[in-house]
Amino acid sequence: MFYREAGDFKTSYADDSQTFPIAFDRYRYYAVLAVALGIIPFVITDYWASAILIPFLIYAIAAIGLNILTGYCGQVSLGTGGFMAVGAYTSYKLMTAFPGMDMVTVTLLSGAMTAMVGVMFGLPSLRIKGFYLAVATLAAQFFLVWLFNKVPWFYNYSASGQITAPERLLFGHAVTGPNAEAWVKYLFCLAFVFVLAWVARNLTRGAMGRQWMAIRDMDIAAEIIGVNPLRAKLSAFAVSSFYVGVAGALLFTVYLGAVEVGEAYGIQKSFLVLFMIIIGGLGSLFGSFAGAAFMVLLPVALKVLLVDTMGWDTALATHFQFVIVGGLIMFFLIVEPHGLARLWSLAKEKLRLWPFPH
Amino acid sequence: MKKLLTTVAAGAMLASPAFADLMFPDLSYRTGPFAAGGIPFSDGYQDYFTLLNQRDGGIGGVPVRVVECETAYNTERGVECYEATKGDGALVYQPLSTGITYQLIPRATADGIPLHTMGYGRTSAVNGEVFSHVFNYPANYWDAASVMINVLLDENGGSLSGKKITLLYHNSAYGREPIRTLETLAAQHGFTLNLLAVDSPGQEQGNQWLQIRRDRPDYVLFWGWGVMNQVAIQEAINIRYPLENFIGNWWAGADHDVASAGQAAAGYRALNMNRLGDMPVFAEIQQHVIDAGLAAGDGTNLGSVLYTRGMYAAMLAAEAARKAQEIHGVADITPAMMRDGMEALEMTNARMDALGMPGIGPEFAVSCGDHGGTGQAIMTQWNGTEWVTLTDFIAPDDSVTGPLVLEDSAAYAAEAGITPRNCNGS
Repeated sequence: MFYREAGDFKTSYADDSQTFPIAFDRYRYYAVLAVALGIIPFVITDYWASAILIPFLIYAIAAIGLNILTGYCGQVSLGTGGFMAVGAYTSYKLMTAFPGMDMVTVTLLSGAMTAMVGVMFGLPSLRIKGFYLAVATLAAQFFLVWLFNKVPWFYNYSASGQITAPERLLFGHAVTGPNAEAWVKYLFCLAFVFVLAWVARNLTRGAMGRQWMAIRDMDIAAEIIGVNPLRAKLSAFAVSSFYVGVAGALLFTVYLGAVEVGEAYGIQKSFLVLFMIIIGGLGSLFGSFAGAAFMVLLPVALKVLLVDTMGWDTALATHFQFVIVGGLIMFFLIVEPHGLARLWSLAKEKLRLWPFPH
Repeated sequence: MKKLLTTVAAGAMLASPAFADLMFPDLSYRTGPFAAGGIPFSDGYQDYFTLLNQRDGGIGGVPVRVVECETAYNTERGVECYEATKGDGALVYQPLSTGITYQLIPRATADGIPLHTMGYGRTSAVNGEVFSHVFNYPANYWDAASVMINVLLDENGGSLSGKKITLLYHNSAYGREPIRTLETLAAQHGFTLNLLAVDSPGQEQGNQWLQIRRDRPDYVLFWGWGVMNQVAIQEAINIRYPLENFIGNWWAGADHDVASAGQAAAGYRALNMNRLGDMPVFAEIQQHVIDAGLAAGDGTNLGSVLYTRGMYAAMLAAEAARKAQEIHGVADITPAMMRDGMEALEMTNARMDALGMPGIGPEFAVSCGDHGGTGQAIMTQWNGTEWVTLTDFIAPDDSVTGPLVLEDSAAYAAEAGITPRNCNGS
C-alpha cells in the first residue's frame, strides 16, 4: 500500500540513482515542499514564525552542517557555537560597513568567512582524533567567544557589546529588523534551507561524501585506497563550517535581531546542535531535520500543554520540561541509538512489507 | 420594568469586566542561575496588581490580568514569550533582563508597545526623541555609576585622584553598560579604572579575586546578578577585602545575596533605586493578597529588597495606566495610550503617600524628551542581619551622563535608521 516498489520501473540510470527512488517517497517530498512553499507563507503568524518555524529552519541548517562534519566525516566538533558566532559577526560587520549589500550576499559571505575560520581550526584534525579533537574544537569555541567579547571592533565599539541587525530589504521587503514580516523571514530562511539541504544531499552522495565516509569508517584504510585525508578532512570542515556560519548569520539577522556572543553562541549552543544530530541521527539529512524539530518544538509544545492548557505554574512547568526532555532523550537513545532517522527508516521498511511481514 | 432594568444593569456589570481588562505580561524567571533575583521581583510585581484587583477592582474600574511567561533569563525564550503574549493586548513589557531588552527595543517599537526597563536595559533610551517606546525611569546604569563615584568623592574630600578603582562586572551587555561612564569619570577625576569581567553565570571568580588581592584597589564597584553576587561577596570575605569598600549596584544588593554569608558580609554596601523598610502597603498586601491565598509566590518574600522593587515597578506601571486613562478618557486603554500615560507620568511624594508607599522612590516627571527620570539612588549597607539605608537620594552628575546619552542614542538612530522626533515643537 505504502512504499511499494512494485510497478515503479526505472528505465534510465538517472532514474535509478535519484534521491527518492520510491515513488511514494518522492510524492511525499513534493507534498512537503508544496505545503512549505504554497500554504505556510499565507497562513503564518508572528508567533509561529518567531517561536517555531524560523528557529527550526535555522537550527536545521546548523544540524546539517555539524552532521556533515561529525556524521559523515566522523570528526567530533564542540565548536559549533563559536563558528555560528563567526557567521553572525561577519554578517554584522558586512551589514554595517556596506549598507547597500543584499542579504543573500551577506549571508553567503558570512558562510564563506566561517568556512575559512573552520578550516583553520580544522587543521589539528590531521594529527588528532576522537576526544582530543573534541577538546581542540572546544578551544575554538571558547577562543572565538572570547575574541568577539574582547575586540570592540567586532561590535562597532557599542557601549554594551551587543550587536543589533539593521533593517535590510530584499526585493523591496524587509528581511531583517523589526518591520520584517513573518512570511518574508520564513521564505528567506526556507530558501536557504532548501538550497543548502539539496547541495548537502548531493555532496554526500558524490565522490566527496564517499571520501568523507571512508575517512569516518577507517582513516588508514581510506588513505590506502587513495583518499587524501588532508583534502577530505579539511573539505569537511570547510563545508560544515559554511553551513554552520550561514545558520549563525541567520540566527542573528533574521531570528534574534540583537545578540550577545556569550549568551547566544556559548557552549550550550554547541551542545544543543550536537544533541540535535545525535537524537536525529548521525550521518542522515532527515535526521538533521528531525533532531532540529525535536529540540525546537518539544519545549514549546510542552509549554503550551502544561502552562497554557493545563494552567500549571510557569516555574514548575519549566522544571518539568527539563525532566521530560531529558527523559525522552534517554528513552530515544536506549530504544534507538541511531536516532530518529533510524526509527523513520525502520518504519518505512515495515510499511514496505506490510501487511505480510515475514 | 424596574426589575428588568436591574437585571440589565447587573448583566452589564457582570459582562463588562469579561470584555475589558488591562493585560500586563510578566516576563519572569523562576528557574536558572538568575532565579534568586527573578522570583522576588516577579512576586512583588504580580502581588501589587492582585492587590489592586482585590482592593480597588483594578485600575480605574478595569481589572488587571497578569500573564506570566518564564524566560529563564534566556533571550530566545524571551522572544518566544514576547511573541506569545503581544497579541493579547499587552500594555507594557518589563523583561528584567538587559539582553532581552536589547531584543525587544526594535520589536516593541515596531509593534507600538511600550517597554519599561527600570534601572536596566539600554541606558541611552533616556533620550525619548530616539527611543519613542522605551522608558527607563527612575534611574539607569550610567546614573548608578555616577552616583557611586559621587559618594566616593564625598568620602574622600572631593578628590579621587590617584585612587585605584576596579569594576567587577558580569560579562554581558548588562555588566558592560557602566564602563563608558566610568572611563569618562576616571579621566575627569584622575582615578585609575581597572576592568575585571566575570563570565556568565558567574560562579567562577577565583581568578578575578586573585587579581584584586594582588592589586589591592581602593574600591571595587560591582555589577553582578543572580548567583554571581553571593559568590563575589564570599570571595571578598575570603581574601579579607574591606567590605565597606566593595560597592554593588542595585541588582547586587538583595537579601539573598548576603544572607548566605550573613554576619561575615557586614559592611557590604549597595545602591538602591527604591527605599527599603516597612510601608503601609505591605500590610494591605498581607491582608488582601497573601492571607487570601492569592500570592504569586509563597508570600515569604514580602518586604524584601527585590520584592519591594517589583512592587515599585508594578506601581509605576499602574500609575502610568491611570494617567493614560485620565488623558484619553477611556478606561480600557490600548498600548498606544499606555505609552502616552508613561510619557506623562509624574510621581510626587503626595501620590506615593496616598498609595501607601511614602518616599519609595524619588520624585520625578517623565517627558517626551526625557524618559529617564532623575537618576537618583540611595546607598544601603548590610549590617549583618538587614539592609540599612545610609543616605537620602543622591543625584548623579548629569553633565557626564548627558553627553554620553546623546552620543549613544545618536549612534543607535544612525544604525537603525531612525529619525529622532522633535520634542520641543509638540
